[in-house]
Amino acid sequence: MNAAVVGVGYTELSRCSGRSVLDLAQQACRSAVADAGLHPSDVDGIASFMLMHDSVPCQAVASSLALPQTRFALDLQLGGQAPCYLVWLAALAVTSGQADTVVVYRALNGRSGARVGTMAFPGAGAQHRYPIGYDAYLMYCAMWGQRFLHETGQGELDLGAVAVGQRRWAERNERAYRRSPLDLGSYLAEPYVVEPFRADDCTVEVDGACAVVVTTLERARHLRHPPAVVASGAYRAGPRPGLDIGDHLLWDDYTRNYTSWLRDDLFGGAGLRPTDVEVAEIYDCFTSTVLMGLEGLGLCGRGESGAFVREARLPLNTHGGLLAEGYLHGMNTVAEAALQVQGRAGDRQVARRDVCVVTSGALMDGSALILTTDG
Amino acid sequence: MEPLVDEDSRAYWDGLRAHRVVLQRCPACGRTRFPPMPSCPSCGTPGADEVEAGGAGVVYSFVRVHRSFSADHAAEVPYTVVVVELDEGCRVLGRIEDHGRAAIDDRVTAAYVDHATWTELRFRCLR
Repeated sequence: MNAAVVGVGYTELSRCSGRSVLDLAQQACRSAVADAGLHPSDVDGIASFMLMHDSVPCQAVASSLALPQTRFALDLQLGGQAPCYLVWLAALAVTSGQADTVVVYRALNGRSGARVGTMAFPGAGAQHRYPIGYDAYLMYCAMWGQRFLHETGQGELDLGAVAVGQRRWAERNERAYRRSPLDLGSYLAEPYVVEPFRADDCTVEVDGACAVVVTTLERARHLRHPPAVVASGAYRAGPRPGLDIGDHLLWDDYTRNYTSWLRDDLFGGAGLRPTDVEVAEIYDCFTSTVLMGLEGLGLCGRGESGAFVREARLPLNTHGGLLAEGYLHGMNTVAEAALQVQGRAGDRQVARRDVCVVTSGALMDGSALILTTDG
Repeated sequence: MEPLVDEDSRAYWDGLRAHRVVLQRCPACGRTRFPPMPSCPSCGTPGADEVEAGGAGVVYSFVRVHRSFSADHAAEVPYTVVVVELDEGCRVLGRIEDHGRAAIDDRVTAAYVDHATWTELRFRCLR
């Protein structure tokens, strides 16, 4: 692959932006382009995703940024599975010359507008869930989490380790929505929302936008910041991924998500192994997703993820994750990965930053990237 | 909220109305499947035979809902939703009767709750 992430942009993350989604999108994209040391007229590709029309299409951003033309555009009807996938597709596009510079964004009024947590997803599986009160994405992840903890011999202390560990990082992130310290005692004292999840096991829905800029490695080497090289990427759905985003009944094993399925291609594509990873940004709409991702990617052994997190064996979700920074569906997880590899993460910068793995998605399907330093 | 029944699922919902669990079975590989769909997700063969399941199975996983996410169910918490592996080999969703609890590997059997226009599959723990 011959592509790199060269810039990131964010809006403020808030409970009520008071702004249109398009306004959030154009600001994040404009910021990311400027951060890279580029001008909007350098951009000729756009990629984004939305669920149930909670965002704006790429053409609206092309108009808002007054792009001279768009050579590559991609609107996906997906949620948190999409960010790594889109960056990977953008990398393929610039590598193959379909575009020179692509901006990838996620924008939504996820708190004050359409809230994904309580959206009724259409599809043939929906009729079996919503009428019986099995009606939130959180419940589906909880269903998997329960079985995962049972089979791997783990429990609430392991979920709590994720929430507590990530909050320590969030204390150093001025963007994070949840920044107050969290200890295990306070975590365990919270009531359940949907057992086994308490409030601090769950991401916080916010209004906001995030964007990253992808261009060729040759171009990247002449820009403002060191490139975060896209070393490899993969999307994967295992067999029988269901009839819609919330239909998990056909999936065999609730203890292994898409990360188990894409691991070999992801690391093989980069010529690296899990033991080479120096920083990990694992999609975390809920705490159990982090544990499952660590085990699925082979960063630790089966049943060892809780201890792995508790002992802080690897810098993990260094922005506080979606749990603490806010739910931009993992676009911000990719942006954090780029910042770390570029050495621009400020107070939360990790010392060893040559190899970062980042994931997008929680259940049957999802995607991942390996970002590396140049050279 | 009532189910949005479609052409593939009508036999299932009609079955529940008669307090029967009617599943699809692949005419080629013989696997039962759920949710109802036009072809077999294991071997790809179109079409389905209808089979009546016994309604008994084992809890594969569960969640206990303490906070409702919709006005329809706000008065019903706490309740438990289970994924049940039926003896016929496929998994279905349902709530445990009343405010009952369940655990993984619990043996359960079908119970039926008649609403005005549709019938809901629930489960009762066999202890």
